[in-house]
Amino acid sequence: MSGEEFVPLSLTPLLIGMFAAVACALPGNFLVLRRQALIGDAISHVVLPGIVVAFLITGMVSTWPMMLGAAGAAVLAVVLIEAIRKLGRIEPGAAMGVTFTSMFAAGVLLLEQSNTSNVHLDVEHALYGNLESLIWLDAIGWQSLFDPIALAALPHELVRMSVTLVVVSVFIWVFWRPLKLSTFDEGFARTLGIPTDLVGLALVIIAAIAAVAAFDAVGSIIVIAMFICPPAAARLMTNRLETQIMWSVIFALLSAILGFFIAGYGPLWIGAENAVSAAGMIATVSGLILAATAIWGPCRKRGGAPVS
Amino acid sequence: MTLELAANQGHSPTAEQLDSSPLAVRGMTVSYGQKPVVFSVDMTIVEGAMTAIIGPNGAGKSTLLKAALGIVKPLSGQSLVFGKPLRSQRHRIAYVPQRASIDWDFPTRVIDVVLMGLFRELGLLRRVRQRHLDKARACLDRVGMGDFSDRQIGQLSGGQQQRVFLARALAQDADLYLLDEPFAGVDAATEKAIIAVLKNLREEGKTVVSVHHDLSTVPEYFDRVFMINTSKIAEGTVADAFTAKNLDKTYGGRLATAHVDQLDLVAG
Repeated sequence: MSGEEFVPLSLTPLLIGMFAAVACALPGNFLVLRRQALIGDAISHVVLPGIVVAFLITGMVSTWPMMLGAAGAAVLAVVLIEAIRKLGRIEPGAAMGVTFTSMFAAGVLLLEQSNTSNVHLDVEHALYGNLESLIWLDAIGWQSLFDPIALAALPHELVRMSVTLVVVSVFIWVFWRPLKLSTFDEGFARTLGIPTDLVGLALVIIAAIAAVAAFDAVGSIIVIAMFICPPAAARLMTNRLETQIMWSVIFALLSAILGFFIAGYGPLWIGAENAVSAAGMIATVSGLILAATAIWGPCRKRGGAPVS
Repeated sequence: MTLELAANQGHSPTAEQLDSSPLAVRGMTVSYGQKPVVFSVDMTIVEGAMTAIIGPNGAGKSTLLKAALGIVKPLSGQSLVFGKPLRSQRHRIAYVPQRASIDWDFPTRVIDVVLMGLFRELGLLRRVRQRHLDKARACLDRVGMGDFSDRQIGQLSGGQQQRVFLARALAQDADLYLLDEPFAGVDAATEKAIIAVLKNLREEGKTVVSVHHDLSTVPEYFDRVFMINTSKIAEGTVADAFTAKNLDKTYGGRLATAHVDQLDLVAG
């Protein structure tokens, strides 16, 4: 594959896929350890109506209105869950389940009813994103990476995803100790003066930022898969949190790269004509990696027999 | 030691005692639902003593400790640590939570857990240096776990896990040590090792408070008792307060049950 073909058509979607995968996998490590893995799933469902409403009001697909819409939807979800729990006197899990699925359903209905055919926002987009279409038309080869004019025309999703990845990484790096302490032993963390509620809230907000940023580029399938699969697979590779984070990044990158190329070229190798969805294939690869670590991972025996 | 303490055993502490007490709890009421778990409890811990908090299951022992330390939010009441608000005295407190409340599958090694005790020293971003590692290893040696520093915590026995938690508390260099059932489900060797470390702390002039289940070891291990069954029943030296009458009031008709529990604990 030559640079003239690879750089404009494959480089940017590949990078966006990689950045999105890592940005979701990093907070996913803590969500999985806190038994909150489904929060990523929940967020990506809840934000859909928010994004659609933001689009209906502004008439365009752009970052800030969509982020605001998503945040508004998340707040509404929290209020609804509390209301259902208090008024209906049912357990929190059920209240969440009801809220998330009905808000997602409302989002799908809104999408169908609104006239969004002129832009790329539809139900399929919400699920798989449009990774393959995030191409860099101004690039003519590797030399474009040093060409300011071509660089200025990079897809804005790439910029947004890189900024998100930086924000997520800095958050995890700076608050590493409070995150680890309050995840492992909340009571002890509180006696040290760590505001564990705030740490938990900040983690969910960071996860939500990663989910919403990734959502537009790669769709909710990748978001859900990347919050859970790479961290869960990484846990089976090591008994140290630091090493687990490293493995989760490796697995996220591996899923993105392998998934992207298998989706683009795999069907051609077996004689089929059309490529398949990159997002779907990336999520599938991450699931296969998890399956492989579940069978061969060195630390898959959990809480093993006491050794004295 | 005990003679000195006997002078302090009055049921209504003086203002002076309140000022100097390592932990003074006033009017503490905690509720998780409709019924209070801890109701209007006053507790004055005496400095340099080992105090056992005893009472039946569900009597609010752990909750009292957690509320006093700001881990759970009380409905009302306050706690003073060395006569000052908790917020300003956190560096003088070491807390050892109940072992069963922890996810021991967590991907971390023994040494990493002990290093958590140095959080106040390390802060957010300071690097762990050789002297921090040396200190953590020394604390592990004190509880007889020096050879286990690279072990994943899930691979330890219950007693070993409890000792690692005690080592983390030692690393905190505190003046007041609060332990929540440190002897629950541990082997006899661990129980001996823990009590030796705690008595050693008392000799250094530190204050030890422990939620305790095994009534038979109270006189042997502790100087003072605090007896609770939602409300405070009694507090004072073992000689004065640990009486059949107070035990009966604390455990009610359940004293027989308490003995069964205790046998289970020893066996487990």
